Amino acid sequence: MRIDGKGLIDRSKPLSFSFDGKSYRGFAGDTVASALLANEVKLMGRSFKYHRPRGALTAGSEEPNALITVGKGAQQDPNVRATVQELYEGLVTRSQNAWPSLDFDVMAVNDLAAPFLGAGFYYKTFMWPKKFWEAVYEPIIRNAAGLGALGGATNEDDYERAYAYCDLLVIGAGPTGLMAALTAARSGADVILADEDAVMGGRLNAETGKIGHQSGAAWAAEVLAELGAMDNVRLMTRTTVTGAYDGGMYGALERVNHHTGKRGGGAPMETFWRISTKQAILAAGAIERPVAFRNNDRPGIMTASAVRSYLNRWGVSPGKSVTVFGNNDDAHRTALDLSAAGVRVAALIDSRHDAAIEGADFPVYTGAEVCNTGGRKELESITIRTTSGEQSIQTDCLAMSGGWNPTVHLTCHMNGRPTWRPDIQAFVPTEGMIPDMTVAGACNGTFSTHGCLQDGAEAAKTALAALGKKPADVALPEAEDAPYTLSPLWAVAGKGRAWLDFQNDVSVKDVKQAATENFRSVEHMKRYTTQGMATDQGKNSNVGALAVLADATGRGIPETGTTTFRPPYSPVAIAAMGAGAQGKGFAPQRMTTSHKASLRMNAPMIEAGLWYRPSYFPKSGETNWRQSCDREVGYVRNAVGVCDVSTLGKIDIQGPDAAALLDFCYTNMFSTLKEGRVRYGLMLREDGYVLDDGTCARLGENHYVMTTTTAAAGLVMRHLDFVTQCLHPEWQVSFTSVTEQWAQFAVAGPKSRELLNRLLETEIDNESWPFMACGPAKISGVDGRLFRISFSGEHAYEVAVPARYGAALFDLLVERANQMGGGAYGMEALNVLRIEKGFLTHAEIEGRATAFDIGMQGMMSQKKDFIGKTMAARPGLVDEDRPQLVGLKPVGAVKKLTAGAQLYPQGADAVANNLEGHISSVGFSPDVGTFIGMGFLKRGRDRMGEVIRMVDHVRGLETDVEVCNTVFVDQEGERVRG
Amino acid sequence: MRIECPICGSRDRREFYYQGAAVALDRPAPDAGEAAWDSYVHLRENPAGETRDLWHHEGGCGSWLVVTRDTVTHAVHKVELASDVKGAMS
Ligand SMILES: [Zn+2]
Repeated sequence: MRIDGKGLIDRSKPLSFSFDGKSYRGFAGDTVASALLANEVKLMGRSFKYHRPRGALTAGSEEPNALITVGKGAQQDPNVRATVQELYEGLVTRSQNAWPSLDFDVMAVNDLAAPFLGAGFYYKTFMWPKKFWEAVYEPIIRNAAGLGALGGATNEDDYERAYAYCDLLVIGAGPTGLMAALTAARSGADVILADEDAVMGGRLNAETGKIGHQSGAAWAAEVLAELGAMDNVRLMTRTTVTGAYDGGMYGALERVNHHTGKRGGGAPMETFWRISTKQAILAAGAIERPVAFRNNDRPGIMTASAVRSYLNRWGVSPGKSVTVFGNNDDAHRTALDLSAAGVRVAALIDSRHDAAIEGADFPVYTGAEVCNTGGRKELESITIRTTSGEQSIQTDCLAMSGGWNPTVHLTCHMNGRPTWRPDIQAFVPTEGMIPDMTVAGACNGTFSTHGCLQDGAEAAKTALAALGKKPADVALPEAEDAPYTLSPLWAVAGKGRAWLDFQNDVSVKDVKQAATENFRSVEHMKRYTTQGMATDQGKNSNVGALAVLADATGRGIPETGTTTFRPPYSPVAIAAMGAGAQGKGFAPQRMTTSHKASLRMNAPMIEAGLWYRPSYFPKSGETNWRQSCDREVGYVRNAVGVCDVSTLGKIDIQGPDAAALLDFCYTNMFSTLKEGRVRYGLMLREDGYVLDDGTCARLGENHYVMTTTTAAAGLVMRHLDFVTQCLHPEWQVSFTSVTEQWAQFAVAGPKSRELLNRLLETEIDNESWPFMACGPAKISGVDGRLFRISFSGEHAYEVAVPARYGAALFDLLVERANQMGGGAYGMEALNVLRIEKGFLTHAEIEGRATAFDIGMQGMMSQKKDFIGKTMAARPGLVDEDRPQLVGLKPVGAVKKLTAGAQLYPQGADAVANNLEGHISSVGFSPDVGTFIGMGFLKRGRDRMGEVIRMVDHVRGLETDVEVCNTVFVDQEGERVRG
Repeated sequence: MRIECPICGSRDRREFYYQGAAVALDRPAPDAGEAAWDSYVHLRENPAGETRDLWHHEGGCGSWLVVTRDTVTHAVHKVELASDVKGAMS
């Protein structure tokens, strides 16, 4: 119910929203949880395993129970914490994990079967038969035990990733964080203050204590106004710092538009930040822990601080007659605040015999414990046990407190373990766990407001000193400095199920059972019971479960230890982490200058690395790609074909030691290459395997242009960087990638020279421009380069022009080729042409092939050292038994070959022991009239003419193939010189 | 993780390509023998503590860097241009 005169909500802005189809009203500033509680709705979800009715346990991001789904269809956002989701007009929310309805959930039958579903249930029940796991058990379990689901359709919502840089990142904007940020900001540091809440101030917005002469909330607002006006401060609200990483990097999730529900307008739903900071102050506060007792999970039972938050921040009392149960003085505030606000307090129960409370106008029971509760879908009564026996108290809300756990999580993200502090019965961060981070305030075990303010100021001074900045003098305002005392209370003794982990339905009994069955290590207990493994990562239950385990195993809590905290602190949607990386954003797209022309010619584009290249250029009347491919192969063999080969890597190499670099990187010699000539070269890795191949042209005495394969362009560039910087920094040589600066086209076929001569300023002939000649050439008035090289075995050239002329030249070349009975050809035809000639791609030189395997051992110069030379000579790399490159053609009934198919001897079973090789490339050769292929076969070069078995286990294809030469067309190699 | 490139300044590790131990700078002579070559190409220490790695600032200036760092704390102690380190070796 709403309490007049309380809360920071804006009562002038009423909002309507829906939950499970029913419409409710709230105010601006409400969360779904506070608005539902104001409407006296306490049942907000069903538990994961037993489908027990549950309500909000907390008022913050640690909420384990009140998980809802926001929105519908593709945009639906599951597992949103009702305690975090801000209200907006028209907000649509639904409960989860209940069928047919939250009120009547069929699966609640699990709760009755609870004795059979305890810890280790999955492991024991579903052991065998193995097949049953996938077919029967898993679907049933997934159906029954679950959280919310995605809509199943692609979500078009925008998410974003961004970087931020600062001197000081302050994590948490409670009294500690505010004081730290204020001190650092006034001292001139570049500060980012991040807080997960929509309103900064932390507990100051939820408590009634004063700072100086004003309320805590008013003081926070004043500080924030000052910080907000400073150029050196960035305030990041709704931003959860999710992880601490090496080198001062922090991950943070900003909820940009979830509180408005708005789409578009350029703003994403969420932004995942990577913040790089020189110093950090962790002021993340503390989380109050529940107490385990029988039926402590009924809707209406929540932490004592949550009840205060609902009352003081949102002006809501979660009950009409509230009871408070705790083991510390802090819980007393809840009873006092409620009473002062006019809410009936049915009882304050303190487990400590010596507890004292001043100004109580309600019944107080000291040395007493709550041992059971009653009510069905919400709390109706509690049973308390005092020295004089048990008694029942009618109540619809129980506020409980087992003390506070400092929020140590981020300090453990780099493998740090927290330290146990017996005086506050809690873990605190161990010093120095994150370099350049100072921990302050409640997350360091300082719980009074005064202590937090002082801690914050001190932490800022530490950070400023490290930054080399002089701290400004900032006066500490007056604030309460009450001592925090408690006596440990983890679980109230008694029968029945007392819940520790509300989200995963883990009870005290489950943890004890784990210990009984010898899962005594905390990490084992966690896996066995699933405690702490839900979306709240055990924020509410870890320490309690530890304490119970410690007790059950007769060890202390520090000896029992903690499990590991890992990022993220709270859930982060994959959509935010991978923002921008869907669809076309997945990888950069590189396009050639002929890209538009290819699209205009209806060419299907295929990816080659990051590049897009045309597969083939369909003509009207052609009904399948093979017809187009065969026609394009014919262009090159019979007339002239044009193909964009700009995607090959081009590296311009200059300097007096250019030749030395090439001699060292290629297996063969380049220092002996004449100017104006091109040579094919092979590169090895230092371990002796083939790295890449390609041609290299010598344009001048100290000037070469190297080409690499499309796929290995980056690899080769890095390799050259390595050689010149790490092995031979003394060499006078420079090189740069010019792949994108030059558009380059293959003009191939018997009529290629005829075509080019119509465009070249100076005509060429076989004498002036023989095979493997290169040099500058003016084509259609543009200064370009001409190379007489061939990847098809035909008389062919490659012509290069500055990229800005690429589109025009491609169009021109294709037009002229068309007039001469030829035309453009794509990747399919290019592939067939090169297989017909036995030329290699990375299908052959795939990282496991040696020069010996591909028959190029003769290219390894004896006259010089080169990368890979020594290791390539290892016996294993030149073993005659190695698979060697051979040509293959089908001779069986099936006239087809498939790449990836395996090769076996004739008559042998197609099993691993008999495997002799595989097929690397195939294509249909119009010249040969069948499919042809290349592959690697054991001792292949000695087996020419032998018929062997090809078996494609994946595609279910088998045929006989004949081993043959890798060159299928023009074996004498005359055409290329014609 | 961030690396202080001597040319470009402090940069996110996503700009760098990681190669492996800086042993790669010390290429043996062709006739150094099997053991030396095996060690150069294949054998690597796996220290818990200080290590020297080669990183390539591929998304930046293209420099190869020798990064001295701690595999336990992940602290980066020193970043040098590989060409300087190699130059000092010979
Ligand atoms: Zn750099």
